[in-house]
Amino acid sequence: MGEAIVITSGKGGVGKTTTSANIGTALALQGKKVCLVDTDIGLRNLDVVMGLENRIIYDLVDVVEGRCKIHQALVKDKRFDGLLYLLPAAQTVDKSAVKPEQMQELITELKQDYDYIVIDCPAGIEQGYKNAVAGADKAIVVTTPEVSAVRDADRIIGLLEKEKHMESPKLIVNRIRNHMMKSGDMLDIDEITQHLSIELIGIVADDEEVIRASNHGEPIALNPNSKASIAYRNIARRILGESIPLQPLEEENKNVFSKLKKFFGVR
Amino acid sequence: MKKRQNVTIKGTKGGLVLHLDDNCSYQELKRELDEKLSANTRTQDDRHLLPVTVNIGNRYLTDEQMEELKELIRQKKNLVVDGIESNVLTKDEAKRQREETEVVTVTSIVRSGQVLQVTGDLLLIGDVNPGGSVIAGGNIFVMGTLRGMAHAGCNGNEQAVIAASNLKPSQLRISDCINRISEAWQNEDKHDMECAYINENHQIVFDRIQTLIKIRPNLTRLEGGH
Repeated sequence: MGEAIVITSGKGGVGKTTTSANIGTALALQGKKVCLVDTDIGLRNLDVVMGLENRIIYDLVDVVEGRCKIHQALVKDKRFDGLLYLLPAAQTVDKSAVKPEQMQELITELKQDYDYIVIDCPAGIEQGYKNAVAGADKAIVVTTPEVSAVRDADRIIGLLEKEKHMESPKLIVNRIRNHMMKSGDMLDIDEITQHLSIELIGIVADDEEVIRASNHGEPIALNPNSKASIAYRNIARRILGESIPLQPLEEENKNVFSKLKKFFGVR
Repeated sequence: MKKRQNVTIKGTKGGLVLHLDDNCSYQELKRELDEKLSANTRTQDDRHLLPVTVNIGNRYLTDEQMEELKELIRQKKNLVVDGIESNVLTKDEAKRQREETEVVTVTSIVRSGQVLQVTGDLLLIGDVNPGGSVIAGGNIFVMGTLRGMAHAGCNGNEQAVIAASNLKPSQLRISDCINRISEAWQNEDKHDMECAYINENHQIVFDRIQTLIKIRPNLTRLEGGH
């Protein structure tokens, strides 16, 4: 019996879909059987980030309405040997096409065959959020070091804590810019965790590589050299229960510094 | 056998006290009261207004019945009802009284969008995050950081206070006073162990928590002891 994890944030644009794609990929890299579920019906894009868009035949709504079997709608990621699948969202209807009970049923069925179900939640706290949370056992809240994102994360955590069937949510702080955090122009990690008072499961630095990789339909987690990739892989290992210390930000700073030095050295 | 008196009238310094027996029927009581008072007024000096306290013992009277008795007494020209005293309370009333005076302890973090409301005093062990609100009929004490909105004395109690281990609210309300907190205040580093109350100019002011000892001695609930 697998575990269903919902990736949520409240606010849009903080990196839920990217995080979902990369955690799913990183878990698959660890040899787990993973199914990604996109619940952002009407505005799907997990398939785009994963580079699986042109292979979609059926979608989530087709499954729920009984037009096809689950395994027919699942899109297999060929980069992994049968370890990573995607259940895409429908694009032609909207979020009211699915009810929370139906989602719960669907996720329960998927849990039989997969080790991890990673559910990508839409922004907001309405129907789409309720659908995404209905079947989940755990939740990961993604936020960025911005006041508005932290405020929305706080709201979402409040709602998640009311869900009796779920464990206490975990936190990912995404898009950290170390120089801004140092200068005090951005909230720092301690401030955020103190404010939200939930367990921090990972921090991801702001990295242009992530955008480049997403645009190419290749999750950054596949590239072992990127900092963000290591961050996502660490998060996956923490999900698996390993205890790995957070990447110290100081070191990242040093990296930037040494890169600069190298850069000038070359010149 | 001498018939028992259902209505006894006693004169005190503060006026008359009417002791109404609590065993007889209400109708009987009313009749006798009317009789007694009518008999009495003749001997009284008409210019003098007499306050009357009615003691109804262990009898429970509905609001209408109380009004009826008051009316009956008021009809006698120089009598004015000061109050009706009873030894009994309805369960609802007792519950309401308890709720109004009790300190409700809550351990939780009040997050954005959440509202925590109590009738009496609130003792919150945890934080109030921005966008969250705590509302109490009485005082609010936060063992943690208060960053959201707090409304003490929401039913019009101007004596209510708000105190927090770390007082950095976005807005404070006490009774009908509203105080928007300046950003400068919030950005100041230390606001440990502070309180807010309404001063004599009807404005919400902040101070050290220790000042409450002087300005709100009634907060002490401890009885006896030296």
